[in-house]
Amino acid sequence: MPLERKDILDIASLSRQEIQLILDTAESMKEISERPIKKVPTLRGKTVVLFFYEPSTRTRLSFDLAAKRLSADSLAISADMSSLVKGETLLDTARTLESMRPDVVVLRHAYSGAPQFLAERIKASVINAGDGTHAHPTQALLDMLTIRQHKKTLSGLRIAIVGDITHSRVARSNIEGLTKMGSKVVLAGPPTMMPHGIEALGAEVAGSMDAAIQGADVVMMLRIQKERQKRFTIATEREYARQYGLNRERLALAKPDTVVMHPGPINRGVEIAPDVADGPHSLILNQVTNGVAVRMALLYLVLGGGRNADAD
Amino acid sequence: MPMLIRGARVIDPGKLDQVSDVLIEKGRIAAVQPVGTLDRVGGESGLQIIEAQGLWLTPGLIDMHVHFREPGQEYKETILTGSQAAAAGGFTAVATMPNTDPVNDDPAITHLILNRAAEAGLVRVLPVAAISKGIKGEQLCEFGELKAAGAVGVSDDGRPVMNAQLMRRALEYAAAFDLLVVSHCEDLHLAEGGAMNEGVNATRMGLSGIPNAAESVMVMRDIALAQLTGAPVHIAHVSARQSVTAIRRAKEEGIRVTAETAPHYFTLTDAAVAGYNTHAKMNPPLRSEQDREAVRQGLADGTLDAIATDHAPHSVMEKEVEFDRAANGIIGLETSLPLGLKLVQEGVLTIDTLITRMAEAPARILGLERGVRVGLTADLTLIDPDKVFTVKAADSKSKSRNTPFEGWQLKGKAVMTILGGKITYKDFGTED
Repeated sequence: MPLERKDILDIASLSRQEIQLILDTAESMKEISERPIKKVPTLRGKTVVLFFYEPSTRTRLSFDLAAKRLSADSLAISADMSSLVKGETLLDTARTLESMRPDVVVLRHAYSGAPQFLAERIKASVINAGDGTHAHPTQALLDMLTIRQHKKTLSGLRIAIVGDITHSRVARSNIEGLTKMGSKVVLAGPPTMMPHGIEALGAEVAGSMDAAIQGADVVMMLRIQKERQKRFTIATEREYARQYGLNRERLALAKPDTVVMHPGPINRGVEIAPDVADGPHSLILNQVTNGVAVRMALLYLVLGGGRNADAD
Repeated sequence: MPMLIRGARVIDPGKLDQVSDVLIEKGRIAAVQPVGTLDRVGGESGLQIIEAQGLWLTPGLIDMHVHFREPGQEYKETILTGSQAAAAGGFTAVATMPNTDPVNDDPAITHLILNRAAEAGLVRVLPVAAISKGIKGEQLCEFGELKAAGAVGVSDDGRPVMNAQLMRRALEYAAAFDLLVVSHCEDLHLAEGGAMNEGVNATRMGLSGIPNAAESVMVMRDIALAQLTGAPVHIAHVSARQSVTAIRRAKEEGIRVTAETAPHYFTLTDAAVAGYNTHAKMNPPLRSEQDREAVRQGLADGTLDAIATDHAPHSVMEKEVEFDRAANGIIGLETSLPLGLKLVQEGVLTIDTLITRMAEAPARILGLERGVRVGLTADLTLIDPDKVFTVKAADSKSKSRNTPFEGWQLKGKAVMTILGGKITYKDFGTED
């Protein structure tokens, strides 16, 4: 089955079936990364531009690996080397990119909606690698893949997401994806970090962190950005860690077979205690592994994979 | 040449609503009489007759809040192109905001604006000068000099006066020169980083929100300062329901506050931002359905005195960019009256009230005289209430194209604008 869309911009626009297809495809891609020769010729001759306006090591590396394992040519442009610093607009950048005839542009951008802006203006497929506080669909998909591997389902689960929901594109995409797949998402965090009307996305807001974690199948912690203190959203890191950090005592409130996730990079001792991050419930490194598989699946699918036989 | 406008329904709010003939001589209204009684005036020679049966003749519309960008940003708009757009929208007078480059904080700039406006000769341009030097909120401008140069009011529009003490002093000082103080109400700390209305739509799109309170706390502050000083204050572009409530209560208490809202606030909600539509980005932002409803109610009951467009031309360079980086504002002069007429069609306002909001009230607030009465300057607008048209930004007289109403089908528009007895815009066949 092919994926009938040019771009992957957010989770909200994907159907349940499409999410299923992406996860199934990712599952079959995982095996490639386990081979001694980690490369298949599937996307030979295709060009993937990794356009990172915002610094990101893990997502860029993950996409780069995904492209290379499928034999696509990938090239990375980062904010410091792009013309952005010389004042070129995204529109001009889009036109320049278009002239280079890329097949896929993977865009990370500090402003919400930038991938859609680009997608509307170029023929190449655009994959959103995180835009502002809007969406991070590949992260949500890899999170869903990770959860599915451990829980054998994505429906009927209770998933707690804790932290700065307002500034988290990961939270938004996961709320949209997980509720779409039939799970219940419960949010917790300081009220200063809970965006207006988030319930409309299908999540429930818990009164406290303990209430959110109670009976959870999955506990997803979000990175707390240290500069938030300046905007008065948290008092101190110390108090944040005490009120909203995940430690062993709190984790005991969740189901015995609960799993702990974090999109990384983690602030040890702030939102997550080191022994929990490294503990038996933690899937943080599985998430990274799955990230490559999900991004391989997406590159394959947006380039028409599943539509013809040569797609191996 | 004298002009006879024959058979129009003359709507002079609160004074007249009757099919009449109107004679204009030497730039003034010379007669308003029952149909047919003025037929022989002027003889055969030198009388321009305009057959206006089925049309509405109203006092010339006034838009008390526009940005004409000149001097400094002539690539967005000039006083000439802005005047052309104003005339095409049925306007005979506009108040231009001071956030040009350089800022209109000096009589020389005020003179320049008035000279350019006179050259264009299409609309009365009423310059609003700055409250503070460079609209930086640090030092009062020379109100006396600015008034003498022709300024009708003062405002730091585009930026709020964050310092309450400066606002107090501005109100007191402006009163000495009979200058209207126009307040752009926005608490910069509450609005910081915001790109659209705070709410579900912003949350969904991952855009930073601007709460209603960013506006209403400043509206309440300015009401308190108007009460303290006894000086009048005019609240610009009201968007939030809490502001409407506060203004209503202040008026009941006899505080000297007047207010305007813009067509986009009574027409659109923040749902229009969907798809990161930068033509739906303005400051204050488009609000919720409840706010839109409150603004409509405020217009109906008179809490909001005037409709003003906040006509804010921007080029594609400022609009075809990421939403967060896009400039605030839309053009509005040519869609204001049609969107106002839509309120009449929807039963929100009577036609009498609409013309009050678009002509009589702005005139009153600015200290002008407007009407369809003998002896007054012949600033008039002729409206075809039935003319159906589609909004096409490409056809706009403005230099800019930033409108969220592209492709909208609207009913009713200005078909002739008359300034001091001269036709400044015409969109229908006339017999001479």
